[in-house]
Amino acid sequence: MKQYKLIHCTVNGKEREAMIDVRASLTDLLRNDFRLTSVKKGCEVGECGACNVLVNGECFNSCIYLAVWADGKEILTLEGLADPDGGISDIQQAFIDEAAVQCGFCTPGAIMSAVEILNEKRLLSDEEIRVRMSGHLCRCTGYENILRAVKKTMLKRLGLSSEAPEKQEG
Amino acid sequence: MYDIKALYEARSVEEAVSLLTEHPEAQIIAGGSDVLVQIREGKRAGAELVSIYGIDALRGVRLEEDGTIRIGSLTSFSHIEADTIIKEKIPVLGEAVGKVGGPQIRNIGTIGGNTCNGVTSADSASTLFAWDAIIEITGPEGVRRIPIQDFYIKAGKVDLKPGELQTGILIPKKSWEGYTGHYIKYAMREAMDIANLGCSVNVKLSEDKRTIEDARIAYGVAGPIPLRAVSAEETAKGRPVDKKTVDEFAAAVLNDIHPRDSWRAAKAFREHIAVVIAGRAFTQAVILGGGVLS
Repeated sequence: MKQYKLIHCTVNGKEREAMIDVRASLTDLLRNDFRLTSVKKGCEVGECGACNVLVNGECFNSCIYLAVWADGKEILTLEGLADPDGGISDIQQAFIDEAAVQCGFCTPGAIMSAVEILNEKRLLSDEEIRVRMSGHLCRCTGYENILRAVKKTMLKRLGLSSEAPEKQEG
Repeated sequence: MYDIKALYEARSVEEAVSLLTEHPEAQIIAGGSDVLVQIREGKRAGAELVSIYGIDALRGVRLEEDGTIRIGSLTSFSHIEADTIIKEKIPVLGEAVGKVGGPQIRNIGTIGGNTCNGVTSADSASTLFAWDAIIEITGPEGVRRIPIQDFYIKAGKVDLKPGELQTGILIPKKSWEGYTGHYIKYAMREAMDIANLGCSVNVKLSEDKRTIEDARIAYGVAGPIPLRAVSAEETAKGRPVDKKTVDEFAAAVLNDIHPRDSWRAAKAFREHIAVVIAGRAFTQAVILGGGVLS
């Protein structure tokens, strides 16, 4: 017998309601019910990070997160970064400028990890950024450009952009 | 969609106990980073689940009046890593759980889940063994507390009886006061990997920092469940803080461990690594305690 639950949550700043099958993952909820297709289905076992979203400000792989747990929570996906006119955010622009994108499949998830870091409003070392971005698999870029984009945006937001960048480890 | 037969959500420990009693076939799901993956793999497909993820009372770290550090079983790895009590009293536990999976896994994974799945490679388990942690279990008969060594029965099997769930992990003051520790995870990758071997050491030095008053060492993946290297501990106790003590301590772990051959690493390789990382972790614990190794 199918089991349903009515849930309420805030998605990208909007209050939403959905009647969901309790077997759904948060990825299923976001993609199928709310049509937020930046949330990618990659490995679906919590290893690749393509489905990463922020729940109450923390990063979670939505493929291994029960949709029922989203009840009462605040969820942010890549779509929520756009301004009301559809303009993209600084971190997205940095990914473009640094060529941190090729096929793009890992990009929304990686950007949401960057958002979690940037929201802390503190200066992280290169090593700390590497650790914080380590939950994402990218088969195209070789990661260096992704790390550069995150660092550039972090420095810019902290008003340190003129500072000579720390040498990136190869 | 996950292949789940039914899902029951508990909002309190009492509700969890009654749901587990009502549905004896049901399995507990905390953060789900093991359970949901195993459902996807088919290992637990079709399971009935009791979700305890919504029990906020089981989250957080607290210092109790008698100095016991109490970690709620649903506290996530990242919250343990960032916790001020952990950073101040037992930073090695924060470092150990900081080695689990990747950042998103550390946000969802709970220390209770890490210990309840009974897996030898759990990054938190060897450190909890090394600190003589006490496991608090709540069930239909009330609350019971047992040493973590008794909690692990065999690979994948812990001492949870029908209707019971783990509600807390306690580290008594006598276990942590005056001790400093270090954890080494030996794995192929620095993130998203499972330990080939994990080793957690802590020591208590004499007041003049010249003698090892006490030493404790525990391993993950050196046997089917996490284990303490008791003869190594005995070797170090009461001995002077010097290189000879480190070497003899490290060599003695071979009397205690029994790793196996697996596709991840050979037994002989694991034994070799066990000795090397025992020495390194011991040295680091001594240095953190203010000892000087000449």
